[in-house]
Amino acid sequence: MTIPADLKYTPSHEWVRVEADGTLTVGITHHAQDLLGDMVFIETPAAGRTLAKGEECAVVESVKAASDVYAPVAGEGIAANADVEASPESVNKDAYAAWMFKMKVANAGDVAELLDAAAYQKLVESEAH
Amino acid sequence: MLKQTPLNATHRELGAKMVDFGGWDMPVNYGSQIEEHHTVRSGCGLFDVSHMLPLDIRGANVRAFLRRLVANNVDKLQVSGKALYSCMLNEAGGVIDDLIIYFMDESWFRLVVNAGTAEKDLAWMEKMNAGWGMGLTLTPRRDLAMIAIQGPNATQALNEALPGVDQITATLKPFNAAAMGEMFIARTGYTGEDGFDVMVLAKSAPFFWKALMEAGGKPIGLGARDTLRLEAGMNLYGQDMDETTSPLESGLAWTVDLKTERDFVGRKALEASEVTKQLAGLILLDKGVLRSHQKIHTKNGNGEITSGTFSPTMQQSIALARIPLGIAPGEEVEVEIRDKKLKAKVVKYPFVRNGKVLI
Repeated sequence: MTIPADLKYTPSHEWVRVEADGTLTVGITHHAQDLLGDMVFIETPAAGRTLAKGEECAVVESVKAASDVYAPVAGEGIAANADVEASPESVNKDAYAAWMFKMKVANAGDVAELLDAAAYQKLVESEAH
Repeated sequence: MLKQTPLNATHRELGAKMVDFGGWDMPVNYGSQIEEHHTVRSGCGLFDVSHMLPLDIRGANVRAFLRRLVANNVDKLQVSGKALYSCMLNEAGGVIDDLIIYFMDESWFRLVVNAGTAEKDLAWMEKMNAGWGMGLTLTPRRDLAMIAIQGPNATQALNEALPGVDQITATLKPFNAAAMGEMFIARTGYTGEDGFDVMVLAKSAPFFWKALMEAGGKPIGLGARDTLRLEAGMNLYGQDMDETTSPLESGLAWTVDLKTERDFVGRKALEASEVTKQLAGLILLDKGVLRSHQKIHTKNGNGEITSGTFSPTMQQSIALARIPLGIAPGEEVEVEIRDKKLKAKVVKYPFVRNGKVLI
């Protein structure tokens, strides 16, 4: 199960969990970590930072390459995961447990525009060709 | 259509992640690049390097030809099987390619050139062969596969996989090669560990690869090959030097023989040029990862990273960088990474050899 049905996704390979209080938890997908390979460095956004939709707000670096992580919607950072910064390899072990940051959403309607699991699955398959 | 080595199906059976590597369909890893890296430092790794091209040059004038063709001096090669690392320069003193030359006998030398430059190299060599009236025969050996067997257990694995080869491996010194029937066994590599580059007939390669795996060798992708060679402080053509850079500013002065009067292509340009830069080792002191093309600020001016990575052995980021002369090991420089300037220390490389950190 590499694309959990209960999560939302972005075309830039972030996963998004909508929490009960309406905040979002964000990470990168299993597919993204598979493309990047062994993670060696992760930098997450500071709490309180205002985020525009699509803004580069975290960096993941594997032995192979550096890659930006984008804010899935507009809002504000409220927490960053210090554990993934300390253990970047946790993203390779379980991409959906190793969240990068949590954020508040500026416009609740934006969340509905994120991809569901089926749409993301199609995107991954189309990129494979 | 990507080119395939004789081991393509073998890599796919092993579940390798295949990538377009300069037009070749090659394994970048078989799972974890970092685990593969450690395997080579502590055990035995197997690399398919059949994309590189062995090239036989035959004829009475072969030594005279190579004296003029390459920057290192083939007269250092007097014992059959001895190998020499050299650059092949253009008239401007830029590096057309770096290669290994094996002396077999006075009418036969074998070269191994990089995959991405093979056609260009061959065209250049044929042009010189004709222009100098050397009358040599150049034979690309695409009928051969090449497997690198690297790591402290490489000898044991090779001996077990290939009955009779222990007669050779027992006495073969580093940077020497020997023929064994149709096979060619060289004690060379690109990892900083003991090991061999073995050439076999293409049709025998899958069987030989499986025998090496049964003897304890683990398949290693080109991803780990890059981190291993960078830790070992070995240049990569196209990154650390190319046709626009001088070997004297690429950490390769030791391969350019200017002591003898020998006239070779690029010599005049090198002797007329002023050397203002050096290739230096860097260790990142702050958190992050050094990558090629990142800008370096030093007290003597700017420089640029040519190769950078995260070193699995040292657990920190390392790089080779072309920086101004006069910056000595121990000094600190700044690296531009995204919107930040991070601290890095200049060090004398190699970083790692034979499993040990040297910094």
